Amino acid sequence: MTNNKKIYDKGMVIIGLCIFVVVITFPFWFNFGNAAPAPEPKIADKAKAAKECVRPKAFMKVEHMQILNEWRDTVVRDAKRIYVNSSGKEFNMSLTNTCLDCHTEKAEFCDKCHDYASVSPYCWECHIDPKETK
Amino acid sequence: MKSSRRKFLKIAGVSALGLGAKPVLDVLASSGEHEATSTPEIKKGKDALTAKRWAMVVDTRKIESEEDLKPIIEACHKIHNVPDLENKNHEIKWIWAEEFQHGFSTQEYEFADERVKHLPFLTLCNHCENAACVRVCPTKATFKREDGIVLMDFHRCIGCRFCMAACPYGSRSFNFRDPRPFIKETNPEFPTRTKGVVEKCNFCAERLAVGKLPACVEASNGVLTFGDLDDPESEVRKLLKTNYAIRRKPALGAGPSVFYII
Ligand code: HEC
Ligand code: HEC
Ligand code: HEC
Repeated sequence: MTNNKKIYDKGMVIIGLCIFVVVITFPFWFNFGNAAPAPEPKIADKAKAAKECVRPKAFMKVEHMQILNEWRDTVVRDAKRIYVNSSGKEFNMSLTNTCLDCHTEKAEFCDKCHDYASVSPYCWECHIDPKETK
Repeated sequence: MKSSRRKFLKIAGVSALGLGAKPVLDVLASSGEHEATSTPEIKKGKDALTAKRWAMVVDTRKIESEEDLKPIIEACHKIHNVPDLENKNHEIKWIWAEEFQHGFSTQEYEFADERVKHLPFLTLCNHCENAACVRVCPTKATFKREDGIVLMDFHRCIGCRFCMAACPYGSRSFNFRDPRPFIKETNPEFPTRTKGVVEKCNFCAERLAVGKLPACVEASNGVLTFGDLDDPESEVRKLLKTNYAIRRKPALGAGPSVFYII
């Protein structure tokens, strides 16, 4: 027996392999360079005037859902509605009446960021964006 | 032998002292150091109204017809975004007018005054002392607050409706559909509810927190009185001391906090 390692129809096999590789990697190179840029959430004028958020910006960016979670529990279950932050400023712990009082443009702020991150908080099924009721 | 026991006791004594000193050292170590970066604090508003057990007294002598109740009901439903659904099966109500024979078990009051029997009665959640709804709720969405208010945490309601089956007063409504299209004028300050949750009167927890009486009481022209049942000097206790008042279905032992002077 001879040690024959020849590939039959070599040309066809290689073309086939190339097509396979191209198809499988299609999503990667099709989107190359097109990655949606992270949106810059728009700080509304009213928030700008206040200068500072409830907590420092970096903290808010990653922990705002925790704050909201804490707020809703203490407001509803412990009947405590006032939040005093580390610089001694008081806030009424309310999603609509406090967060949206500064961040008046929910669509340009909360939603823009959430759309990008693919999160859709269900809060707005009940909590109201005052902009939308008018 | 003797000297080693002595040694042992000495060491044990010093160790006990050391353990005892640790909490003291902890306190010393913590004070001063963290002052600059104090953690946020959560507290009650300074105007908040508080009580041991909130209660309401309805003076039915001041009611003549359903017309007298309308502004009271409207005041509540308006600020709480209660929808107005035509279909009786889908109706949402926090406070409503009820016929005497429906609201009150008839045997106890079989021979009541004719006037009383034909009056429309203002009914709402009784914020019971032994609330059945609180006991049956599987998620603790309905719970009893320290001040006696039976409150709903809408964030936890899964819409199982056990509470509706348990409530002997029909005080709860289920949202069979999205309520938003049926709210005439939305109050943006108070959240609406959504399809699939149960709702009921909250004794205006959000108003008490800022020092206001419940909206119905404010709109009632003296028909309704609100106060602390635990305080012998409160308005409600004074009224109950000098007038004959009944409660709904007392035989059930739920202990309603809404009283009716008849
Ligand atoms: C007193 C006005 C005010 C209130 C109330 C307020 N914010 Fe802010 N918020 C700001 C300002 C101003 C900034 C920008 C801070 C900065 O640039 O340093 C900000 C920043 C943020 C950011 C970061 C945005 C980014 O670009 O990364 C988030 C998230 C945020 N806020 C969420 C909230 C939430 C949630 C609430 C309610 C719990 C809230 N804010 C309440 C004024 C406010
Ligand atoms: C800087 C971008 C950004 C901004 C601005 C922002 N969010 Fe978020 N938010 C996020 C991200 C990212 C998540 C998801 C985090 C996760 O899943 O761990 C999130 C999650 C949440 C959640 C929890 C959702 C869930 O399903 O668990 C809530 C509630 C929320 N955000 C409320 C708000 C509100 C209200 C505002 C506007 C006042 C706001 N956010 C503004 C980025 C943002
Ligand atoms: C089923 C309806 C419903 C949904 C959904 C809902 N809430 Fe609420 N929420 C309420 C009601 C009703 C209150 C009580 C308002 C009060 O007593 O002032 C409340 C109170 C709160 C409060 C404190 C008071 C205030 O005015 O904001 C916070 C904070 C809050 N919710 C956050 C959230 C967040 C964050 C989400 C989404 C992750 C959410 N809620 C989803 C109905 C809802």
